[in-house]
Amino acid sequence: MGDMTIRPEDAPKVDHIVTESEVLENLPKAGGETDLRITDSTLRDGSHAMAHQYTEEQVRGVVSALDRAGVQVIEVSHGDGLGGSSFNYGFSKVDEFDLIKAAVEEATQAKIAILMLPGLGTVHHLKKAHEMGASVARIATHCTEADVSIQHFGEARKLGMETVGFLMLSHKASPAKLAEQARIMVDAGAQCVYVVDSAGALVLSDAQERVQAVIDEIGPDGAQVGFHGHQNLSLGIANSVLAYQAGAKQIDGALCALGAGAGNSPTEVLAATFERMGIKTGVDLGEVLSAAEDVVRPFIPRLPWMDRASITQGYAGVYSSFLLHAERAAARYDVPAHAILQKVGEYGYVGGQEDMIIDIALELQQEKERMALGDLAAAGVR
Amino acid sequence: MRTKGTAAIVGPGNIGTDLMFKLMRRSDIIEPRYMIGVDPQSDGLRRAKSVGLEASAEGVDWLLAQEELPDIVFECTSAKAHEANAPRYAEAGILAVDLTPAAVGPYLCPPVNLEFNLDAMNVNMITCGGQATTPMVKAVSSVVPVPYAEIVASISSLSAGPGTRANIDEFTETTSAALEVVGGAERGKAIIILNPVEPPLMMRNSVFCAIPEEAGEPGELQDKILESIHAMVRTVQDYVPGYHLRAEPQFDHARETWQGMARVFVPIEVKGRGDYLPDYAGNLDIITAAAARVGDIMVAHRLGVETSWKSSADLGDAPDAIVETEKAGV
Repeated sequence: MGDMTIRPEDAPKVDHIVTESEVLENLPKAGGETDLRITDSTLRDGSHAMAHQYTEEQVRGVVSALDRAGVQVIEVSHGDGLGGSSFNYGFSKVDEFDLIKAAVEEATQAKIAILMLPGLGTVHHLKKAHEMGASVARIATHCTEADVSIQHFGEARKLGMETVGFLMLSHKASPAKLAEQARIMVDAGAQCVYVVDSAGALVLSDAQERVQAVIDEIGPDGAQVGFHGHQNLSLGIANSVLAYQAGAKQIDGALCALGAGAGNSPTEVLAATFERMGIKTGVDLGEVLSAAEDVVRPFIPRLPWMDRASITQGYAGVYSSFLLHAERAAARYDVPAHAILQKVGEYGYVGGQEDMIIDIALELQQEKERMALGDLAAAGVR
Repeated sequence: MRTKGTAAIVGPGNIGTDLMFKLMRRSDIIEPRYMIGVDPQSDGLRRAKSVGLEASAEGVDWLLAQEELPDIVFECTSAKAHEANAPRYAEAGILAVDLTPAAVGPYLCPPVNLEFNLDAMNVNMITCGGQATTPMVKAVSSVVPVPYAEIVASISSLSAGPGTRANIDEFTETTSAALEVVGGAERGKAIIILNPVEPPLMMRNSVFCAIPEEAGEPGELQDKILESIHAMVRTVQDYVPGYHLRAEPQFDHARETWQGMARVFVPIEVKGRGDYLPDYAGNLDIITAAAARVGDIMVAHRLGVETSWKSSADLGDAPDAIVETEKAGV
C-alpha cells in the first residue's frame, strides 16, 4: 500500500456548501410503488417500554407524524395485544380502544393495525377494535401453537380485515416447523405470516433461513411473509435486510427502536438503510427522521438499550417484554434482573408467562438466603 | 333401598378414560357401566370394554334406548354435543355432569358451591383453569372484598387437545365468568398460555386478587387471608392430591396504577395423579377429579346414602399397573 495521506492540495474543491434544507429536499418522498411495506409498532411494541402508559395525545402525535411520512401500517394496542391490560402485564393508563379510535381519526392514508394473542384477547376484542376502525388484524401465537388462532383468523376475515399471522419466539422452532405452522395460519385465513424474533435471538442466517422456509411453504399461495426484529443482539436491521433479500415483503420497526427488550428495528434506520440499498419503502426519510427525533424521543422515559439484561435476553432467547417485569421483581426481591432472565431462558417459558418471573425471583431469593446461611455455617456460626 | 348408582361416560377420549379409572378406583357408590362414543375404531371404547364396561359407538341414542338407564352421565364431548344432549338426559331423569364449556347448568367447583347445587339435574365443571383457581379467589373473597381477580393458567401444549385449541376463547370467557359467579370477585379475567417445552411443564396457575389497601400490609387481615388460602388448599387436596402452592402467597402494597388497591398473588401448581393421564397433565386431572367427586356426591344425595369417597390419604400412590400399561400420549 502506498502513502494514504491526503495532502491539502489533493482535497476536492468545494464550491457549493450543501444546506440542511437542500439535503431534506433531496430525500426520498412518501408514497409511490414500493418494494416492501413497513409496519410501525411504536404504539404497540413500544407500549412495553412505556409501561403501557401512552396518552391519547402521544398516540395522535405519533400517528400523525408516521402518516405524514408515508408509513402504510401503524399498530396500536396494549404491548401484549388486545386485552393485555392486567396485573400480569401491566394496566394501560388509557383504554386501548380509545387509543385505537384516536389513531384511526388521525390517519389519512395509513391503516391502523391491532395485535391480539389468542388465550388473552378474544373475538370480542377483535370485533370491538374493528368497530373502532382498525383494519389490519395481526394475530400472534407461540411459534409452535398456530392452531389456537384458527377461529380468530376466520372472524377477522369475516369482518373484512386484512390478516397477518405472528409466529412469536421464532428462534425456538426449526425452519421446517415454522413453515408447517405458517401453513396452518394461511389455511385459516392469514394473508401474511411473520417470522417474529421476539427475543432478538436470531443471528443473521438463522433469521434468513426461517423466512426462506416460510416463503417456500406459503409463497406459492400468494401469501406474503414478514419479519419482526428486536435489537437485543443489535441485529434487527441486518436481519430485516436479509429477510427482504429472502423475499419478505413486510418489515416491522418502531421509532427510536421503542419496543420491548433492547427495542425493535428502528423504523427510521430501516427507511434509511433500505433507501441506501435502492429498495423502495414509500417512506419519506426526512419526515420519518423528524417523527423519531421530534415526536417520539421527547416523551420516552428511557431509550431502549443493549444492556446486560437485554443482551442476556437475546443470548438466552427470552421474550423481550419480560425485561421491565424482571427489573421490577429484581428490585422487589433484591436479586439480579439478568439472573432472573437467564433462568427464564433455562426453563423455557414463553410469551405471556410474566407471572413466572415472580416464581423465579422467589427461588433466587431463597438460594441467596441459603448461601448466606451456608457462609455463616462455614464461618463457624451455629 | 339401592346403595349404589350407575354412570355412563359419553366421550371415550382422554378425559372420559381418566374419569372412568377415577370412578372405578375411588367411588364405592358409582359404578361406571356404559362408555359411549361415535367411532367404532375408538381406543377408548375398546379400553372401556376391556375393563368391563358396556361400550357402544352408537351414541346417546343407544344409551337412552337401554332398559336400565344410568343414574348419572358424565359428558366429555363438546359444548355443541352437550347442548343437544342435555334436554334428553333431563327428560330421561338422568343427572348430568358437564365437562364441556356448554354451561347448560350452573358452574360448579366442589369446595366452593357444591352444597348449593345438590338438587340440580345438570351441573357444569367450568374449565380446568376454573377448577384450579376459583377456590383461591373464593378463599380471598370470603375474607375481604375482591373487586377484581385475574388468573393465568399455563399448561403443557401436549395436554391441550384439539377441542381446547379450536375454542380457546371459550376457556377465557367461561373461566372469567366463573371467577365472578363462583369465586366471588366483582370482575374476573382469565388468561391461558400453552407452553411446548420438554420435559412438559406441570400445570401452573397464578391467581392475582385486588384487595383493600390495609390487606396489603402485614397484620391481622393479611393473616386471615393466608389462613383462608391454606385451608382451601387442604380442602382441594382431598380430591386433587397434586394441588399445592408453588410458593407462599405474595402480598404487594397498594399502588396508584392499581386504582389504589393492594394485591395478593397465589402461585398454584397441579401435579396430575397419573390415574390414566401423565402427571404433567394436572389440568386434565383436576377437572376429572372434580367431576368424579361431584358425581359421587350427587348420586349419594339422590340415593339418600353417605358418600364413601376415598380421599387421597386412603388411596396412596396411583397403581403402577395402570400408569405403566394405560398411560398414553395425550
